[in-house]
Amino acid sequence: MAILIDKATRVLTQGITGKTGQFHTSAGIKYANGRACYVAGVTPGKGGQAFEGVPIFNTVREAKAQTGANVSVIYVPPPYAAAAIEEAVDADLDLVICITEGIPVRDMIRTRYRMRGKRTLLIGPNCPGVITPDQLKIGIMPGHIHKQGPVGVVSRSGTLTYEAVSQLTALGLGQSSCVGIGGDPINGLKHVDVMRMFNDDPSTEAVVMVGEIGGSDEEEAARWVKANMRKPVVGFIAGVTAPPGKRMGHAGAIISGGKGTAAEKLAIMEECGIKTTRNPAEMGRLLQSVL
Amino acid sequence: MKIHEYQAKEVLRKFGVPTPRGIACFSVDEAVEAGRKLGGNVWVVKAQIHAGGRGKGGGVKLARSEEELRAHAGTILGMQLVTHQTGPAGQTVRRLLVEEGADIRQEYYVGMVVDRVSQRVVLMASAEGGMDIEEVAANSPEKIHKVAIDPFAGLSDAHADEVARKIGIAHSALPQARTLLQDLYRAFDGTDASLAEINPMILTGQGSVLALDAKMNFDDNALYRHPEIAALRDLDEEDPAEIEASKHDLSYIQLQGDIGCLVNGAGLAMATMDIIKFYGGAPANFLDVGGGATAERVTEAFKIMLRNPELKAILVNIFGGIMKCDVIATALVEAARQVSLKVPLVVRLEGTNVELGKTILAQSGLATIAAANMADAAQKVIAAAKGQ
Repeated sequence: MAILIDKATRVLTQGITGKTGQFHTSAGIKYANGRACYVAGVTPGKGGQAFEGVPIFNTVREAKAQTGANVSVIYVPPPYAAAAIEEAVDADLDLVICITEGIPVRDMIRTRYRMRGKRTLLIGPNCPGVITPDQLKIGIMPGHIHKQGPVGVVSRSGTLTYEAVSQLTALGLGQSSCVGIGGDPINGLKHVDVMRMFNDDPSTEAVVMVGEIGGSDEEEAARWVKANMRKPVVGFIAGVTAPPGKRMGHAGAIISGGKGTAAEKLAIMEECGIKTTRNPAEMGRLLQSVL
Repeated sequence: MKIHEYQAKEVLRKFGVPTPRGIACFSVDEAVEAGRKLGGNVWVVKAQIHAGGRGKGGGVKLARSEEELRAHAGTILGMQLVTHQTGPAGQTVRRLLVEEGADIRQEYYVGMVVDRVSQRVVLMASAEGGMDIEEVAANSPEKIHKVAIDPFAGLSDAHADEVARKIGIAHSALPQARTLLQDLYRAFDGTDASLAEINPMILTGQGSVLALDAKMNFDDNALYRHPEIAALRDLDEEDPAEIEASKHDLSYIQLQGDIGCLVNGAGLAMATMDIIKFYGGAPANFLDVGGGATAERVTEAFKIMLRNPELKAILVNIFGGIMKCDVIATALVEAARQVSLKVPLVVRLEGTNVELGKTILAQSGLATIAAANMADAAQKVIAAAKGQ
């Protein structure tokens, strides 16, 4: 068991003919069951071609009809990425994982509005993707640092997630699934949504939540955890030292109007029974302490 | 991206939002000339810097004669204006806005922001115009009225009127206020703004509604489709190190400490600053080299960090995923040689090809201090910065 993706997932890559799409599709194919799971690619105008044995289609709808793909991953450049998400939603896929960084907020507001009432889930944009160790890797994370096991990981960051995962793996603690929800202000699944899934997943025994400054996703998830979660959760928030009003790399990582500080988030998480650390080198050991 | 008040008013006027008449000036003589062109006998001289709180800092003055106008322009131009948003060093005033005086009967706050929870643009308004809206939000949030805007239909008449009524706009001024709010949303949406604020929006003695002040920020990711907005960027208002960094696609933010950080990924870069503080040090900067750290980019990153006279040591923290550690190590060695690095360099490498990366560093002859993990790296760089 796992959440969101496993070896039964059938993946299509949108933007499969671009350099980034090719590189990461190739890495995905090589990881665990990737050869069987990556079934299609989509690039308008390139239908009929193939990439490493994966057939390319002109549209998502066609790719789904021909291959049974149910999840898409997007490596389309920012000006066209929101439209790519909508195409996958219109094709009624189960899940869309958008890796692309730099999509205008105005585009994402419209895309999220159009997604209301649709069943397709969105992860990202501006995220590393999702991995279920030893089953399937969809995204840009290095596969080899992961190990199959009982810990769920959810994070807004890329490399900081790898840091958390590698600490876990070094301690012998494997992961059920690792989900990067992305660093943009307007995105799909939030911490709380992923937390719900981990709560319902029998293979997950504990969760690491890695957050950062900006917005109130971590607070919302913390309150939900307090009321509903049956498994221990530990957390880290990046940006205790971040100055207010400055965007710290991620479009969504900004303290605005005194809101969204790391201190505020950590305080609420603690209040809600989530053990936290101020030391990012201790994320793994903190999780170990609650098992 | 931020722009000046006078530029924001130009943008808003294009979308029909009424503002007082005004002229941007770069010298005292231009300011006096602007007063003559505008006519009348009352003018407002306003410092143009990107930070807010200009009035309290002495950057906004009323002139009732040409002599006063000349005197105020002389005082404000070139002054080091300190506000709650500039930091203690303040910001040099290089531009002025000279405006005709307005007959203010009533002041309101009107703003639009992207709301992350509703995932829409939200109109916020308050009868507490001219005040610091963050203070109002903290002390009396019930005085701020909000409505989420439909991204396809725009701001409806009903929503605009509802908000206008709640902040106490008189029935006679309602049509004008409605139009202003709708035009403000069209400006926001039409320019990919991330923030638009009119504080205050005023009702004049003649019964008209005007944007007396204006502030607009824009989504950097959308500037490619608004060259006319991108052209409004004023580099004098930005940190020179941050400008240089942005030219090389590096994300850099200067801080107050003495330990430079070079990291891949925004979250890990923040966490690296945090762990330095956790062990008692002070980070000198945030620096995310991104996914493709070539020798050239690492060299530029070193150069930018080394501009900081406070810098005593550098911590490189790389989690190689797609980017391989051996590639990074080679880039580090080349960059350190190019800038003839004098400050201690602590390097923590993890991830793909880490052993190869460590070997490259060890055999380079470069005096790096190797760290086993983030905690070790932070403690070693703090010691190195202290000369230990």
